[in-house]
Amino acid sequence: MFESFGWARLPDSDADLRERVRAVVREQIADLPPDRRARSWMGFDATFSRRLGTAGLLGLTLPAEYGGQGRGAFARFAVVEELLAVGAPVAAHWIADRQSAPLILHYGTEAQKARHLPAICRGEQLFCIGMSEPEAGSDLAAVRSRAERDGVGGWRLSGQKIWTTGAQHFDYMIALVRTSGSADDRQRGLSQLIVDLKAPGVTIRPIADLTGDEHFCEVFFEDVALGPDALIGEEGAGWAQVTAELAFERSGPERIYSSVVLLDAWIAHLRAAGRSDDAALALVGELTARMAALRTMSIACTARLAEGDSPVVEASLVKDLGTRFEQDVPRVIADALAGHKGEAVAPELLRTLAYLTQIAPSFSLRGGTREVLRGIIARGLGLR
Amino acid sequence: MDVAELAAPFERMLEELCPPPAVRAVEAGDTGAAQAMWAGFAASGFLDALVPEARGGAGLALADIAPLLIALGRHAVPLPVGQTMLARAWLDAPPDGRIALATPEAGIFGAEPFRLVANHVLVVDSGGLTIESALSGAQLPPSGAGPHLAALIAAAAIAGASERVLALAIDHANTRVQFGKPVGRQQAVQHMLAVMAEQVVAVRLMVEQACAVPNLASCAAAKAVASAAAADMAEAAHAVIGAIGISAEHDLQLYTRRLHAMRLAHGSESHWQRVLGALRLASDAPCVDWLRAEIFAEVGAL
Ligand SMILES: Cc1cc2nc3c(=O)[nH]c(=O)nc-3n(C[C@H](O)[C@H](O)[C@H](O)COP(=O)(O)OP(=O)(O)OC[C@H]3O[C@@H](n4cnc5c(N)ncnc54)[C@H](O)[C@@H]3O)c2cc1C
Repeated sequence: MFESFGWARLPDSDADLRERVRAVVREQIADLPPDRRARSWMGFDATFSRRLGTAGLLGLTLPAEYGGQGRGAFARFAVVEELLAVGAPVAAHWIADRQSAPLILHYGTEAQKARHLPAICRGEQLFCIGMSEPEAGSDLAAVRSRAERDGVGGWRLSGQKIWTTGAQHFDYMIALVRTSGSADDRQRGLSQLIVDLKAPGVTIRPIADLTGDEHFCEVFFEDVALGPDALIGEEGAGWAQVTAELAFERSGPERIYSSVVLLDAWIAHLRAAGRSDDAALALVGELTARMAALRTMSIACTARLAEGDSPVVEASLVKDLGTRFEQDVPRVIADALAGHKGEAVAPELLRTLAYLTQIAPSFSLRGGTREVLRGIIARGLGLR
Repeated sequence: MDVAELAAPFERMLEELCPPPAVRAVEAGDTGAAQAMWAGFAASGFLDALVPEARGGAGLALADIAPLLIALGRHAVPLPVGQTMLARAWLDAPPDGRIALATPEAGIFGAEPFRLVANHVLVVDSGGLTIESALSGAQLPPSGAGPHLAALIAAAAIAGASERVLALAIDHANTRVQFGKPVGRQQAVQHMLAVMAEQVVAVRLMVEQACAVPNLASCAAAKAVASAAAADMAEAAHAVIGAIGISAEHDLQLYTRRLHAMRLAHGSESHWQRVLGALRLASDAPCVDWLRAEIFAEVGAL
C-alpha cells in the first residue's frame, strides 16, 4: 500500500544551509518572544524575508538562471524546517517561495519568469493565493470571479476573493477565475491570472481574526484592466494547475510544526519545574513519537517532490495527520498545565498557549479542510 | 544490499508457507503444521539474515530487512520468525529452533505471545540475555541489543497487519452493496478508511526509520506510534467490514487479534511513551534539533 510513498533519508549535504538559516535567525529575531514566534508562517516581516533572500535562502528549488539556488526539494526542506523550528516570521515570502514560484517556473512564459522569479528569490516580490471566494470554499470550482478578453489581448477582471492571506502587504495574487462558460461548467473554463494588487479597481480590506491579528483579507475586483501576460499557463487549464499547486501547498513541514514553539516552551517548563511523573513522561513521549513519525512522512513527501512528482494524495495524508497533531499540542498542554495547580507558569508560555488554542482550528481549514483531504485520500485508495 | 531483491522472494515464500489455513492450523495447536511452516523458514536461510558474516550469516542490517519484518505482520505469521532472527544474531551459539523473546522490564506483557510455539525463550533485559530452555545459559548482550529491539519487531508486525486490515476493509467497502451502492461510497466510511491509511503510512515509515537508526529513542517512538495505532486500526476495520468480520471464518480476525497482541507485546504505547519522554526530558535541546539528532541521527543537529 502506497509503495510509492517510501521511506527516505535526508541528505547530509544541506547542513551548510541550516547553519546559514541559524545565522540569520540569530541576527534578526533573537529577541522575538515565543508568543510572537508561535505565529510562524502567519508572522509578517518583510525585512526578515529580504534578509533570507540576500543570504541565498529563498528559491532553493529554482534554477540559477532565474536567481534561484538550483538545489532542490531536500535543500528547501532543510531551510524551511530550520525556520519553522524556531517560529521565524516567514509569512512575507512564504507563498511566493512555496507555490507561486514553482507554478510560474512550470507554466509561465519566459517574460513572466524573468519578471517574477529573480525578485521572488530576493524576497522582494510577495505573492498571495486567490482561490477562495464567499461562495467558493471547499467547492473551489464554484468560483465566480470572471475575466473577459478586452479586445486588445488583455483582460478585464471582476469579482471578489476572500480569506486571502497577506493581500494587504503583498504585490501580486495568482487568482483562479472563470474565463469562459458558466458556473455549471464547474472545473472547465477556469484559468489562473497574475493580478497586480496595486492595479486600479483592486480594493483590499483586512479581516481581523479571533486573536486580534489581521492576516487575511477580502479583495474586490472592479473591472480591473490586466495585460495580455496576466494569464499564467493555459487558458481553461486553471483547475489542473491549481491541483498541482495545492500539492506544493500541502506537502511541506509547515503542516506538522505549527505548534512546535509551544511544545518547546512546555518542555522547558517541565525541566525547570523538575517534573518527571509518569503522566508528564508519557505525554512528552507521545507527542515526541508522533512528531517523529510525521517527520518521516514529510521527508518521504519531499523525496517525491525531489523526483519531480506531484504527491497529491501523499501530501493530503501528511497534512491531515499533521494538523491533528498541531491541534492536539495546545489542547493537551493546556490540561497538563492546569492540572498542576501549585506550579508557576511563565506569562510568555501562557500567551503562547492562548494564541495557539485560539488559532488551532484554522490549521485544518487553511489549505483544504480535513474533510476535503480525506475525500482526496479516499479517492487515492480506489474508493468512490 | 538492494532491499527489493530480498523482499520479493520473501513475500513469495510467505504466500506459500503461511496462507490463512496454515496460520489457523498453527494457532489451533497443530504442531505438525508449525513444524512444517518452520522447516520452510529454516531452509530458506532468512533466519540468519542478521547473523554476522564471520559466523556464516548474511550480515545484513535491520534497515535491510525492515520490509521483511513488516511482511511477517502482513501475513500474520504465527511463529517467532523476526524474534529468532534477532536472537540468532545476538547469541554466540544460538540453538536450533524457534526462539521467542521475553522482556520482563515491560511488565506482564513483556512475555511473548509466541512463547507457546517456541522451542526456547530468550529473556532480554538491559543487563543481559538469558536463554530458558534445555540449553540454558546466560550471556552479556552484544552492543545495541535490548528490549527495544524486541519492541521494534512487534511494531513492524503491527505495520504489516495494519496494511492487511486496511486492504481487507477497502476491498469489502468496494464490493459490499447496501442502499444500492457499495458502502465505500458513503463518506463516513471513506473517511474511516482515509484515517486508517494515514496511520498505515505513519506506522510503516516510523518503523523503517527505527530500523535505519535502531537506538532506544527511535525504537521507543516506533513502538509508541505503532501500538497507539493498532487498536484504532482493528476497531475501524471491524466497523467497516461489519458482522462478517466478526465470524471466525473471515480472515480479518487473524490480523486484528494479532494487532491487539502486538500492541501489548514488549510494552504498550504508554510504556514506550514514558521511555521516550524520559530521554526527551533529559535534554534541553529544542524539539526539532533533538529529533534530528536522536531519532534521525543527522549530522550536526545538536
Ligand atoms: C487562516 C486561513 C488562511 C487562509 N488563507 C487563504 C488564502 O490565502 N487564499 C485562499 O484562497 N483561501 C484561504 N483560506 C481559505 C481556505 O482555503 C478555506 O477556508 C477552505 O477552503 C474551506 O472553505 P470554507 O472556510 O468556506 O469552508 P466550507 O467549504 O464552507 O466548509 C465548512 C465545513 O463543511 C465541510 N464540507 C464542505 N464540503 C464538504 C464535502 N463535500 N464533504 C464533506 N464536508 C464538506 C468542510 O470540511 C467544513 O467542515 C484561508 C483560511 C484560513 C482559515
